[in-house]
Amino acid sequence: MKNFLLKINGKKQKVAVEEDTPLLWVLRDALRLTGTKFGCGLGVCGACTIHIDGKAVRSCQIAVSKINSKSTITTIEGLSKNGEHPVQKAWLAEQVPQCGYCQPGQIMQACAFLAANKKPTEAEIDEAMKDNICRCGTYQRIRKAVRRAALEMKE
Amino acid sequence: MNELSDEVKNKSNRRDFLKTSFSAAAGLVLAFHVPSAVRGQKAAVSPTINKTFAPNAWLEIAASGTVTVFVALAEMGQGIRTSLPMILADELEADWSKVKVINAVSDPKYGRMDTGGSYSVRDSWLPLRKAGAAAREMLIRAAAEKWKVRPEDCFAEKGFVVNKSTKKRIGYGELIEAASRQSVPENPPFKDAKDFRLIGKNVSNVDGLEIVTGRAVYGFDFHVPGMLVASVERCPVFGGKLVSFDGSEAEKVPGVRHVVEMTLFGIPAAVAVIADNTWAAIKARGLLKIKWDEGENAKQNSAAISREFAAKARAKEDEVLRDDGDAVAALQTEKIEAVYETPYLAHACLETQNCVAQYKDGKCEIWGPIQYPSWVQGSVARTCGIKPPDVTVHRTLIGGGFGRRILPDYAAEAAQLSKKVNAPVQVVWSREDDMKNDYYRSASYHLLQASVKDKKPFAWRHRMVFPSISGSYDAKAATESESLWGALELPFAIPNFRVEYSRVQPETRLGWWRATRMPNVFATECFLDEIAEKCGTDPLEFRLRLLERDREVKIREANVTHNLSVERLKRVLKLAAEKAGWGKPLPKGRGRGIAAHAYFDVGTYVAQVAEVTVNDDGGVKVDRIICAVDCGTVINPDTVAAQMEGCVVYALSAVLGGEITLENGRIVQNSYRDYPVLQINQMPLVETFIVPSKEPPGGVGEPGVPPTAPAVVNAIFAATGKRLRRLPISAGDFSG
Repeated sequence: MKNFLLKINGKKQKVAVEEDTPLLWVLRDALRLTGTKFGCGLGVCGACTIHIDGKAVRSCQIAVSKINSKSTITTIEGLSKNGEHPVQKAWLAEQVPQCGYCQPGQIMQACAFLAANKKPTEAEIDEAMKDNICRCGTYQRIRKAVRRAALEMKE
Repeated sequence: MNELSDEVKNKSNRRDFLKTSFSAAAGLVLAFHVPSAVRGQKAAVSPTINKTFAPNAWLEIAASGTVTVFVALAEMGQGIRTSLPMILADELEADWSKVKVINAVSDPKYGRMDTGGSYSVRDSWLPLRKAGAAAREMLIRAAAEKWKVRPEDCFAEKGFVVNKSTKKRIGYGELIEAASRQSVPENPPFKDAKDFRLIGKNVSNVDGLEIVTGRAVYGFDFHVPGMLVASVERCPVFGGKLVSFDGSEAEKVPGVRHVVEMTLFGIPAAVAVIADNTWAAIKARGLLKIKWDEGENAKQNSAAISREFAAKARAKEDEVLRDDGDAVAALQTEKIEAVYETPYLAHACLETQNCVAQYKDGKCEIWGPIQYPSWVQGSVARTCGIKPPDVTVHRTLIGGGFGRRILPDYAAEAAQLSKKVNAPVQVVWSREDDMKNDYYRSASYHLLQASVKDKKPFAWRHRMVFPSISGSYDAKAATESESLWGALELPFAIPNFRVEYSRVQPETRLGWWRATRMPNVFATECFLDEIAEKCGTDPLEFRLRLLERDREVKIREANVTHNLSVERLKRVLKLAAEKAGWGKPLPKGRGRGIAAHAYFDVGTYVAQVAEVTVNDDGGVKVDRIICAVDCGTVINPDTVAAQMEGCVVYALSAVLGGEITLENGRIVQNSYRDYPVLQINQMPLVETFIVPSKEPPGGVGEPGVPPTAPAVVNAIFAATGKRLRRLPISAGDFSG
């Protein structure tokens, strides 16, 4: 067990966990931030996606000891106060979610993508989102929501 | 048998049950208990306790005007936490902005809580309308009483009762005490469809905000104080046994509390690591040293299974299910023949299996992503040596169901461990556990033969070979009819029509998969195309001719008779074709295919046209799926479209994605890496066209699945001249 100081959603959090604990389980178990989901533990499905310094990261693939205490970690809970982020609003406007389990990861992936690409093409959207799996099949609406959010974020 | 409505009907004959109690609700939380002493009596309530108007199991109105609707069926993405409350709230004339939705806790008063088979909306339609209408009438009478007018002088409007002449209004919240004193009407009038405010509209998902902010709680997220987490190493071969294990290294991992033997189906066949946090349990499990006795099934492998299917297809059939005319004789002449095959498939829900159980003092509480609470109650009761009513099931949100969460295995595991270690336990499955311990959709083998006379099909013979789901529980059980639809009931004008079934023993666990009949529809809708080609007829025209005149075909199943409307089937075929521009030329390498299925047992008809592009290297891109659906009265049109999109994606994974295979009795696949499912870059444009209808609501959770594979495979033929007859397809299918 070791103490780690992490900056999560704007707050400094101290956690006492084993060094090799993936960030995913630090978030879910130690901090009870369960918005970030477990889907495979292999970095393949995208359900665990969060931001470290604004970049999309699969939190199941990074051990807590590898995180710089100065890094800013953002989870789905910290994206906005109550769903005001353009991507979250677009997700609701397009009625994207079905079961919703993959959606926090989808949203975090889309946010990071759009922050770096303000005028994405269809192909670029597909390429950016293709490793976020949805079994309910909301892909068509994800495409529409990303396009919609891109327009709003441009303004 | 419509159990839910029968139960409601029976209950309405027992007046004391329906006379409402002015209940003291312990806040509007998950539990809603009507103590039997209070039922049928007016409770004496202190004015300081929270009061609600609760005339039936499905709604409660508080003094604030909040209307709580209890949803007794499982929300798994098909939108019923929105559509079921819409039905009730519309009849109730509730203010939708004041409606709160709660997942009902297991209780006999809700009737059937088990969810699947695309029946949630169609079975809830009448009971929920009745529940809402009854409450509305009672509120109107309560207001009429207050105003000293007749109920006919009032009407209900969005959470208020309005006095027709004075225009005075009273909110529902102010009427709850007076309404509770009214007797419950046996047959309250229903609204005219033209007066619907919610039904038929695109009402937004009630859980949308919770989902996009990460606040929505799924089984995996659920937590109770003192809860431990278990990760379980199971025998890799189905039916094998635990011989011995060494947990000494596992026990050294900080956080680990117990390393214990576990039974699967009553046989020691697993070892559980139980820790105070998830990572410790996962890590420690990897340090277990275990000896298994793998048993007979260790000899199983997919190649042998396929050979067995093929052999049984050519041998004498086990059962003749249908025999119009004399197909065997008619096929002694020249015939066409094709073999269609589908593999075992996993559900691969994104939320792996999990469950929280707390066994205490002879009772067990369960929290999890559960489709069938009654099976959980039965299984957990057997596991713990208690009675099913002593098992309380709380349903969380569900990260994908698709039929997997019907089975109670994950709940029984948690209960077993909770009892063993005397603490609440959450069992969490890894992705590999989920892939390797599924209840798979059966593999199947279809031998089809047909002969043609005067450019029309004259004889059809279909031999189906697959292990049945019921057969996996009881070797003597009859094959479940839903595994025979799509082959048995086809209403085509083919004078000699024979359908046969041969059983094979399952070597792994089998279960219900979204539209379990999909392989049958794949085989028959593709073979229809082959016959159409032989007859020189366009595939759409061919189907319409075979369906002949509009009529209701009666299909018997046990003690139920279903109606298959040929008119509705033809209509969706023509609509899909029209919207797809059927018949318009496409460039080289591109093609269109059509397929349809009358999902008559859920009251829904779907036709799809697929457009594909096939590259020179054999890569298949599905460009468009045009979907025409007749699902009767529509509750939420956008949800219908979403379900069609979802069904298409689920089906396309079976066409373009992975398959489950066995080697040495072990499931080979581990994760989405070696069991690929559809990704966004493979998503076609899906356009859904809904037939306006006044028929009762049908189901939409599954009906969009069966037509997709044959539509795509038929489109591939149109593009390339090549018939693919085995799923999943691959680029290699086009070489040679």
